[in-house]
Amino acid sequence: MEGYLSLWDEYGSRIMESFWANLQLTFWAALASLVLGTILAIMRISPIPSLRAFGAAYVNIIRNTPLTIILTFGVLVLFGVFQLKLTNDFDLNFFQIAIIGLSIYHAAFFCEAIRSGVNTVPLGQAEAARAIGLSFLPAAWLVILPQAFRGAIAPMGNVLIALIKNTTVAIAGSVAEISGLMKTMLEYRADVGVLIFLTVALMFVIVVLPIGALVTWLSKRLAVAR
Amino acid sequence: MKSEQEASASHAGPIVELSGVNKHYGDLHVLQNINLEVSKGEVVVILGPSGSGKSTLCRTINRLETIDEGSIAIDGKKLPEEGKALAKLRADVGMVFQSFNLFAHKTILENVTLGPIKVKGMKKAEADKLAMSLLERVGVANQSHKLPAQLSGGQQQRVAIARALAMRPKVMLFDEPTSALDPEMINEVLDTMVGLAHEGMTMLVVTHEMGFARKAADRVIFMADGQIVEQSSPEDFFTNPQSDRAKDFLGKLITH
Ligand SMILES: Nc1ncnc2c1ncn2[C@@H]1O[C@H](COP(=O)(O)OP(=O)(O)OP(=O)(O)O)[C@@H](O)[C@H]1O
Ligand SMILES: [Mg+2]
Repeated sequence: MEGYLSLWDEYGSRIMESFWANLQLTFWAALASLVLGTILAIMRISPIPSLRAFGAAYVNIIRNTPLTIILTFGVLVLFGVFQLKLTNDFDLNFFQIAIIGLSIYHAAFFCEAIRSGVNTVPLGQAEAARAIGLSFLPAAWLVILPQAFRGAIAPMGNVLIALIKNTTVAIAGSVAEISGLMKTMLEYRADVGVLIFLTVALMFVIVVLPIGALVTWLSKRLAVAR
Repeated sequence: MKSEQEASASHAGPIVELSGVNKHYGDLHVLQNINLEVSKGEVVVILGPSGSGKSTLCRTINRLETIDEGSIAIDGKKLPEEGKALAKLRADVGMVFQSFNLFAHKTILENVTLGPIKVKGMKKAEADKLAMSLLERVGVANQSHKLPAQLSGGQQQRVAIARALAMRPKVMLFDEPTSALDPEMINEVLDTMVGLAHEGMTMLVVTHEMGFARKAADRVIFMADGQIVEQSSPEDFFTNPQSDRAKDFLGKLITH
């Protein structure tokens, strides 16, 4: 117990800082991937074959590529080869590249979650929208997607939870986040190794559990009555 | 006098004009060389056995279904292929579906105002006023703040009629508007439709309600196997059908 307390003395502020990095990665990547995923979903249900093909290709390629590779690619290729500098702050640059990588990856999953929501909307809704003279985009935006989102809250929640946990992969993109710190701590404080694991795991559980509960509540509350 | 009126009517041209329309679903020739004109103010009822192509015909008129051959014109304008022009022409054709298809996430009022606001660019206050007067007319104004799922089927279908009317369409299509309703709700919807017919709305109605056909139709079209087999006044059709298919169809109706 004393050993564990001294771990906190030694690493406490870094633990909080690192985990804060995971939460920030989650927030920005969730926002960006939701927007990108929505655009992809619109492409996939659009009447234009080339857009549909692009959306399908994006989803199938990205979904089947390991996240580590996407993030490593971001750092090694975008930064290393093309010298992509979003900012002059070295660490912040890696952080932003990681957000881009996480967003590109999870957009594919948000797209599919939203599409599963689209499948809960009866075909007649789209036909009625077209019949009053709405063209594809307004029909999608005003009639289909609002219902699709409400039917897709559970699968979108699952994507969000996966995203939270996947922020630990950002270490592959040289971001100082919690799983990186965990490795460091394990190296120097092997005496409390198991407790280090449990602590980090617990931090994720504390964040994920309420989100899961919120998602369940929302998906019931917002369900479209038919 | 009469010939003068006829002359001016024919000068205006038909509201709906189909010529040489053909459509296939794979091997099934679902619409076979359909020629049909509906003039302004006319009420046409389409009858026919299940699978004869009535719904398909109805849906091609606002291009919810494409056609393989032939042409369709609304008030003299040929239906465009896709895009904005098509959307615009669709607004001129009101459609009422068997399953109502009210926008499930919007209130009754919003269902009716969506088209005027988003398609016609009407101000919200003006659209609300228009919608309330239409809801009044179909007798559901007091439900305007509710969601569709909170209404009975008959009420929902009357809202669907108001939603279509809000676009001030040149013609209204009805595809079995009462088939999904409980028997006690059929009349409230039919009465609304008869009212529309008497006010001079141009209507194309697919229905199995013979009472409506007798009361409101100017012309009955009988379809079988993708073809228009015969057409005449309701009186003639019911009392003196010409084709065997029509006799058979009417015979089955009466024994049921
Ligand atoms: N999307 C489709 N794909 C393939 N076949 C179809 C499709 N829609 C309709 N059909 C077929 O086309 C034929 C005509 O269908 P339609 O719905 O127009 O008939 P209907 O006269 O309206 O019949 P009902 O009285 O049962 O509504 C039927 O044989 C039907 O099975
Ligand atoms: Mg039908």
